[in-house]
Amino acid sequence: MDISPSAVPADAETRASEHADYGRVVIDARGLNLTFDTADGRVDALSNVDLTVREGEFVSFIGPSGCGKTTLLRVIADLEQATGGSITVGGVSPADARASRLYGYVFQAPALLPWRNVLANVTLPLEIFGVPAAERLERAHRNLALVNLDGFEKKFPWQLSGGMQQRASIARALAFDPDLLLMDEPFGALDEIVRDKLNEQLLKLWAETAKTVIFVTHSIPEAVFLSTRIVVMSPRPGRIVDVVDCDLPRDRTLEIRETPRFLEIAHRVREGLRAGHSYDD
Amino acid sequence: MTTDAAAPSLFGRLAGGSVLPLATVLFVVLVVWYGAAIALNAPFARAMATDPAGLDFAGLVETTLSQERPVLPAPHQIVAELKKTVVDLPVTSKRSLVLHGWVTLSSTLTGFAIGALLGLLLAIAIVHVKSLEKSLMFWIVSSQTVPILAVAPIVIVVLGAMGLTGLVPKAIISAYLCFFPVTIGMVKGLTSPDRLHLDLMRTWDASPSQTFWRLRVPSSVPFLFTSLEVAIASSLVGAIVGELPTGAQAGLGARLLAGSYYGQTIQIWAALFAAAILAASMVGLVGLVERLVLKAMGGRR
Repeated sequence: MDISPSAVPADAETRASEHADYGRVVIDARGLNLTFDTADGRVDALSNVDLTVREGEFVSFIGPSGCGKTTLLRVIADLEQATGGSITVGGVSPADARASRLYGYVFQAPALLPWRNVLANVTLPLEIFGVPAAERLERAHRNLALVNLDGFEKKFPWQLSGGMQQRASIARALAFDPDLLLMDEPFGALDEIVRDKLNEQLLKLWAETAKTVIFVTHSIPEAVFLSTRIVVMSPRPGRIVDVVDCDLPRDRTLEIRETPRFLEIAHRVREGLRAGHSYDD
Repeated sequence: MTTDAAAPSLFGRLAGGSVLPLATVLFVVLVVWYGAAIALNAPFARAMATDPAGLDFAGLVETTLSQERPVLPAPHQIVAELKKTVVDLPVTSKRSLVLHGWVTLSSTLTGFAIGALLGLLLAIAIVHVKSLEKSLMFWIVSSQTVPILAVAPIVIVVLGAMGLTGLVPKAIISAYLCFFPVTIGMVKGLTSPDRLHLDLMRTWDASPSQTFWRLRVPSSVPFLFTSLEVAIASSLVGAIVGELPTGAQAGLGARLLAGSYYGQTIQIWAALFAAAILAASMVGLVGLVERLVLKAMGGRR
């Protein structure tokens, strides 16, 4: 039942390059390895990962905890450094990509600063980049409107629900208009009803802004609903076991989750996850 | 934004608030105090009485609570002394507690300013230079194990030899005591931002100074005020201790020393209460500023 780690991504790459409607390569990883030396010995967080993501794609990383999906996202963001292989982000090294503010990062927790109101939280990255005050406000208001948070500018984070906080953090990540949006289980802590609603909003936002999105999740329906491509990962060592094309129409509503094609893709993702899990646990 | 919905009865409000518990404790303290004053002052009252056998209980109570130099003065004697030395006497009088309180307060505040600043700078240095934590922390902690009563005369004498007398040596002793809580609290405060927020700043490629001012400093504010409350109380202790070796010239410390020289127990207690009131007001003031600042920083944390 073992799937050769290198065979599938190579296949995936040829498939990805067939997508004529996607632009230039944004992320290109070749034979990526990352090992942590912990007190319990060596941990292979990432093993021989090959991945190509093109402009305008919505790619989900899915897998059980410990499969390296967050680690891979953090390597792209230059929050971790790979110990082997090569990776470029926007054609340059992750460090240069970070320095040129190529991506916006949304964490699992909203991570809003509690002493700043919503508006000041969204303008924070712009302050750091030295954007003039008037433009900061204009951009913050525009992006808060984009996540339906207009009217909440003066509220402090604790006065907002979890879903609203996470929307504010998405507005913050979008405030400086990065080409790439990296999202690490952004809706993982929210209840399913709120999550559904935010998924719909995120799709709409993706369609409006034409950003490239990398989205980490452990929910199969979420991955299938949102993505154009799903990267299925497996732990020990963290690796890619399958890459599933998600060729549902771009303008999706929640009802699409009952269609045969949706269930078919979800089934293939589940099979991939199961295959990766076929040994000791 | 209080949670009180309906307006309860006066008693309900008192019982629910902090007034009734505080008043209860005060009442118990007063009862115990008067009892102790009678018991402790009784031997002297009996010794002084012309006819000890004829001294009834009412007479005993009356004499024990009105002695000029009681072993333990009664609360009303201390209050009377406080009223006399604070309200009745002119500020220029050598016995005015306002004058002595001001002398102590000025060196307390100067010492507090120096100590808090020094504590802050040390904390910033320790947070930014890893090796300083190892090299400095040991000495900072050690500095506080030296009894201040032993250090104070040395500081006074050394600085006196250098021509510095009066406020400065006392302020330095204050600063010596109060920099410590600020350093410890602020090292903790400046390292309190969690991993997530630090990662976030990193994704924006924020410079160390941007991270410092926009993340570390605001995160440390609750720690800052907690340390300042401790520091200002220590600062007052430092100022009073600094007044002792100079031979009781001025200040609350001087009043304490003079009182003990001449057995003026009421004067000692009055000075003690003045110091306590001063400390409580300063801590209260810091707490007030804290509340205002935290409110401006979004309220609930």
